[in-house]
Amino acid sequence: MKKLKLLLLTVIVVSASAFTFNKELSTPKDGYKVGDIATDFSLKNIDGRMVSLADYKEAKGFIVIFTCNTCPVSVRNEERILALDKKYKSLGYPVVAINPNNPAVQPGDSYALMKVRAKEKKFTFPYLFDDGQKIFPQYGASATPHTYILKKEKDGLRVKYIGGIDDSSRNEANVKTKFVEDAIDALLSNKPIKVTSTRAIGCSIKV
Amino acid sequence: MPDYLFLYMIYSQKVRIFAIVCFITVVFSCKREAKTAVKTQENDVIEVVNFTELEPLLNIKDDDKIHVVNFWATWCAPCIKELPYFEELHTANNNVEVILVSLDFPDKFESQLIPFVKENNLSAQVILLDDPNENKWIAEIDASWQGALPATLIYTNAKRAFYAQSFTREGLLEEIEKFTKI
Repeated sequence: MKKLKLLLLTVIVVSASAFTFNKELSTPKDGYKVGDIATDFSLKNIDGRMVSLADYKEAKGFIVIFTCNTCPVSVRNEERILALDKKYKSLGYPVVAINPNNPAVQPGDSYALMKVRAKEKKFTFPYLFDDGQKIFPQYGASATPHTYILKKEKDGLRVKYIGGIDDSSRNEANVKTKFVEDAIDALLSNKPIKVTSTRAIGCSIKV
Repeated sequence: MPDYLFLYMIYSQKVRIFAIVCFITVVFSCKREAKTAVKTQENDVIEVVNFTELEPLLNIKDDDKIHVVNFWATWCAPCIKELPYFEELHTANNNVEVILVSLDFPDKFESQLIPFVKENNLSAQVILLDDPNENKWIAEIDASWQGALPATLIYTNAKRAFYAQSFTREGLLEEIEKFTKI
């Protein structure tokens, strides 16, 4: 009986450590690649309501942008994010913004201050709080801002693009290629997306 | 010789010595001032480069030094936190050459970057990378880098590693140690 108990304990310990190991493996580096199916979520919006992508029955897809209040690169892209929502919401691709930062580390990104920022800048899109930081690691977001274009397909939300909004995050006047616009224009006209993943300057996510 | 004349001679000699000492002090302090001025001047000149101009500095192979290239910005809090460790590395170790590549907003060069470098009296070379085609050059700096700050490249003529992360003082010294052993 004692031996059995010991065996049981060993099994528990081993499985527990295996679980921890798995958790360690799911770092942002293991996030989505273009072509993967993205998870839906249920996150709290600045109006207090929970928002899921499944709520958008009419949408063809989404422009999911991990962004925040405090990152100066995010701030410098706010107008561009507003412009994306204005242009593509009516065409079936609304912007859904998610703040991935931990307010205990970055107090300026608290839920209360998200409300303030959204009001100041008159956000036309949901601005969701990744409470507990469970969603951004699944997507593999590594910075703010970081954009994911998702398209509704039969088997789920297919990742079509990952990266920057355009090729000059610091200076809008120097933008030559608008990656997100080009990708959605291609999706809307059923053409292949020329550039499906890009890199852009941003702030590390505060964990 | 009357006493007063003798006294006068001693006095005038004292004055002369005093004058010489004064003169030397002034010259030396001037020299010291000049030195400080030169150092500040060095920091005043922050080169603004595009990626083509930066690239040779990421690939210096004709020396035995450990080259540390830190990508940072004045607006990046974790960058500012780790900056003293890079400064320390640069000043305390002749075998380590640190370059601080700023990704500050080019239109904030005068108002943010220059004052920051002056105020903090940074001794490592500071360069502003102003190149709009970031999607291209971020990948060329390192394929694993998505563009989040801070990030650091450490290399010698034999070894190269890229860190898309921030460092603690100990963590940075540990990594440098790995390069020293080669």
